[in-house]
Amino acid sequence: MSAASTEPLLQVDDLHVWFDLEDGGELHAVQGVNFALVPGERLGLVGESGCGKTTTALAIMGLLPSSASVAGRVLLDGEDILAGGEAAIRPHRWVDVAIVFQGAMNSLNPVRTIGHQIVEALELHQRASGKSAQARTAELLESVGIPAGRASRYPHELSGGMRQRAAIAMALSCNPRVLIADEPTTALDVMVQAQILELLDGLCRDFELALVLVTHDLPVVAQLCDRCAVMYAGEIVERGPLDTLYHAPGHPYTRMLFAASPDLGAHDEPVLSIPGAPPRLDRLIEGCPFRPRCDSAFEVCAVQPPDLLPVGEGHDAACHLNTRVPA
Amino acid sequence: MSTNGASPLLEVEDLVVRYPIARGLVGSAGRRPQRNVHAVEGVSLSLQRGEMLALVGESGCGKTTTAQAVLRLVDPVSGSVRFDGQDLVPLGPRELRPIRRRIQVVYQDPYESLDPRFRVRGVVEEPLLIHRLGGSKSERAERVREALRRVELSPPELYLDRYPHELSGGQRQRVAIAAALVLEPDVLVADEPVSMLDVSVRAGVLNVLDGLREQGLAILMITHDLSTAARFAQRIAVMYLGRIVEEGPAAAVVMNPQHPYTKALLSVVPRRDPRDRQQPQILKGETPDAVAIPTGCRFHPRCPVAIERCAHEDPALTRPATAEAKHRAACLLLGSDPVVQQVSVNQSSPG
Repeated sequence: MSAASTEPLLQVDDLHVWFDLEDGGELHAVQGVNFALVPGERLGLVGESGCGKTTTALAIMGLLPSSASVAGRVLLDGEDILAGGEAAIRPHRWVDVAIVFQGAMNSLNPVRTIGHQIVEALELHQRASGKSAQARTAELLESVGIPAGRASRYPHELSGGMRQRAAIAMALSCNPRVLIADEPTTALDVMVQAQILELLDGLCRDFELALVLVTHDLPVVAQLCDRCAVMYAGEIVERGPLDTLYHAPGHPYTRMLFAASPDLGAHDEPVLSIPGAPPRLDRLIEGCPFRPRCDSAFEVCAVQPPDLLPVGEGHDAACHLNTRVPA
Repeated sequence: MSTNGASPLLEVEDLVVRYPIARGLVGSAGRRPQRNVHAVEGVSLSLQRGEMLALVGESGCGKTTTAQAVLRLVDPVSGSVRFDGQDLVPLGPRELRPIRRRIQVVYQDPYESLDPRFRVRGVVEEPLLIHRLGGSKSERAERVREALRRVELSPPELYLDRYPHELSGGQRQRVAIAAALVLEPDVLVADEPVSMLDVSVRAGVLNVLDGLREQGLAILMITHDLSTAARFAQRIAVMYLGRIVEEGPAAAVVMNPQHPYTKALLSVVPRRDPRDRQQPQILKGETPDAVAIPTGCRFHPRCPVAIERCAHEDPALTRPATAEAKHRAACLLLGSDPVVQQVSVNQSSPG
């Protein structure tokens, strides 16, 4: 959708995350991720399991475990919220940037009504209390398509789709400007998935909410997002408008990911898997991390890691094919 | 080996499966009426050698129960499951045993379905031991290796001594398929075989299943993913609340859907080309629970084009005028001129 302002609301700048391993080693989970979001924009963050997309999301929220070390900057309205540690990020967490965790619909407290859980969030953040918290809860539930009367229901009395809506309502309780949704439709049926995507679409449009949609499902991103960043082995290997990524991908991984997703419109085309598996991130990778699985690799790919470079209007890719001609 | 080409290998007819709801002490003592979950209410389907039939539908539509009835893991209330000409429903455990070898299953989650203490060798060999098949130890070992080759885990020596936790999700699912194949079944039931796997490896597992089908295996695939069904199945059957509402050749069902439910389902499938973004026809609510089935057409409370008649008349599967042979749907409005103004009962009252 068209964004009202071009000033980035959220900017992630050269983000790195390392995890300490029990054997004394280090796992470099996120390796220099950059992206920016303007109000109302929807960005898809896509990649296979273990590519660092959820770690990136948790780093932005300042919610990584103590075994992680983080470097880089996360700028909110130009202010670095990572630099000052917990004290700096706390006033913004949930208030400006909120997250719907993967499996959130299954992590609601089973012995509290959904209304109670939202009231609790409102009171904790001193947004409202007593009667006004109740009223605000009803409003929040309505905004995600749950009749306010259901506030007195327990999670087990609701379907998966309704629980996911409740989890979204809870994330929205402090009126954040950025919502990170981690695999929000993964365990849901296709019709319920469509309902949740329609809900997110409406929230972005009505409240100028900026959305980061973290998923492994490219067609879901194609349905909802304007732009997409494709992650591989802890790095963004390509980013740009979705239309460009599908019709003129600048990285073989993006092309191969699309070709691995069956599509209704191309049901007589072969569906091709990507051979091999992503590299281990606790070891140094020589050359391009995708080279062992790539169908177009050539000599230089083995020795030199490609940089993420502009290849078109708002389109960047990290692949030697864009700058050199294979010998 | 090959049976009469005209008669299907597997034929399910008018299958009904109900699960009684526990009434509790008070309910039983008070003689409250027994209530049931109507999981499957009159399903008929057939499967040929070398064919994949995809059973699609939302959670709770009865697709897994149908598969379990085919596997004879649940007892149907009525109906028949004929396999190679023999009805399996009246058979007891002893009579079923030799048939179980010929109808095998692969489950959704290869992280749960493989015994973590067994090496790949043991996982794939176990079915042979249970069925006392495969001859000598060395003959069994050869059959295990052959099964691994058929799922493209080759050379098998690379995998035989590994434990499940040392394998990727895609490799685990291939091991699960190999453990089913080692018995040389005629029918494979695959219940959401790739939904737990990463997108990059799904195609590999599906292509393995497709290759096995080409070699003559009959596959009943349970899935909620219409894109996968459209690409890999020869026929698609769409289920809603315990019934098949549309069934036919995969391309026909996808390109020329007849039932309003199929049309809605197809319209919400995300497409990978953003230019193909379409106006999804989102149905309100979720599949009603299968205890209180709506009267008339069971889809009418959510149907965008339902008319008054739909609340009373239960439509049968028939061939629509605009569809090709072998394509059937259960809707009262089939063949009626779409331009005719129908008074929709759901248009004015959303929800």
